[in-house]
Amino acid sequence: MINHIDLGTVLRKTVCDLYSDLVTRPTGAAVRTGIEQQLAEAQDRTLTVIDFTHVGLLDFSCADEIVAKLLVSYCEPAGDRPGSGRVAPPRDCYFLFKGVSDSHLDAIDAVLQRRGLALVAKGDDERLLLIGTVDEGERRAWEAVTRLGRAVPADIATEVGVEEPQAESLLATLSRRRLIMRFDEGYVAVGAGP
Amino acid sequence: MTTVINVPPSLDDRTFETILQQLAPLSPDEKVLLDARHARWASPYGLTAMLVLAQTRAERPAFYAPEAEETASYWARAQFFRYAEGLFEMHGSVPRPRAATESDVLLEITPVSKSEDVHEVVGRIQSKAQAILAKELNLDPRATMGFAMTLSEACQNIVEHAGRGGWVAVQTYRWQKRLGRRVVQIAVCDAGVGFRQSLESAQGRRGGERWDDAMALEDAVIRSVSRFRDAGRGQGLAGIRRYVGRWDGKLSIRSGTARIAIVPSWDEDVPLEEQLPPFPGAQVLITIPERSTPR
Repeated sequence: MINHIDLGTVLRKTVCDLYSDLVTRPTGAAVRTGIEQQLAEAQDRTLTVIDFTHVGLLDFSCADEIVAKLLVSYCEPAGDRPGSGRVAPPRDCYFLFKGVSDSHLDAIDAVLQRRGLALVAKGDDERLLLIGTVDEGERRAWEAVTRLGRAVPADIATEVGVEEPQAESLLATLSRRRLIMRFDEGYVAVGAGP
Repeated sequence: MTTVINVPPSLDDRTFETILQQLAPLSPDEKVLLDARHARWASPYGLTAMLVLAQTRAERPAFYAPEAEETASYWARAQFFRYAEGLFEMHGSVPRPRAATESDVLLEITPVSKSEDVHEVVGRIQSKAQAILAKELNLDPRATMGFAMTLSEACQNIVEHAGRGGWVAVQTYRWQKRLGRRVVQIAVCDAGVGFRQSLESAQGRRGGERWDDAMALEDAVIRSVSRFRDAGRGQGLAGIRRYVGRWDGKLSIRSGTARIAIVPSWDEDVPLEEQLPPFPGAQVLITIPERSTPR
């Protein structure tokens, strides 16, 4: 199931119908609550498109409250391993960010780096971008999955030039971080569709 | 008895220290008169800091307005008297409030105490900033959004940490003596708890270790320490530092008895000053210079 959330609309509904800028922590917290209410109504596995198209300015505080805290609830940060005691996310939720301008990107990338998070965004040219904290192996594996459309560990081992168990481990990490989706025995990039 | 405090003819972040030196021997409940009759010019920092000074006095201070008509008129357009009248006993000829029409006043003095104020400030600055930063200061158009983000984060320091309201003002002007170029300045001043007290509740602070205004400023500005335990906190000042660095600007923050500065190559300021005359709250000054050639 695919959800579409227009942040401009959520901002006007939850904070003030005259605002178009996402600034300040209270505003960010209110918008995040609005998003979480919509997510609570969703099915078990969902892809949610968070749309920045109608957002003017995004500051660091608001980016942290909306983007980073949303990802903290649903996605695993870099370096976390299974059994680390981390609370399981409330549902199998994936996010794709679109309509992200260069200035939005400045704020988003800063807050992701600070918390060791990463996300997938769709550029104006429809290209998928991986933003935030990812190591070189994860990035190469993600790029290979995006390039191939759908991939199994053997494909990634060939593309990235690693042994198959290592490819499997990279894919499992990307999947836990909600940067790729697992379908049966294969994986697809978030935003590329099954 | 009223003590007369002389306002220097040219009032900016440096010369404001002479006012604080005059105030230092006085107790907060002593009556003072700020004599600005001979003032000719004031930066946004100078104007907002004078309002903050009034907030710090137990006894309502008096204020003598500038005698020069042009100066008084400019201060009126910057909305200084609008707020000064609520804080000082006014003397001399005080111009009637006027709308800020001059293009160099990017944002007239605006009170900030809550999140909604930050929205208003950011909304008002954006269209004007775009025109002035790109056309007059030759800054890359990408600098405009970052400028509004920087302004937003600086104002949020008041909302999140000061414990009482403050003021913000933004202005461009030609910095002939110090730089020979135009600059845009953001001044955000408050008389709240200041960095040291705000950070005192932070985890990990051990009794007995050296702890003063200078260390608090270093923690907040250099190490992005926040009083909140949340790992995502402390990003506002870090973001301001990045912006200032990217556009060859200067960041200076005074709090209590210390002042820290991120000093660009064009300035000769010191990175840290201690044992200054005490002044409550925090006073933030961000200066972005004109680019000598368009990017």
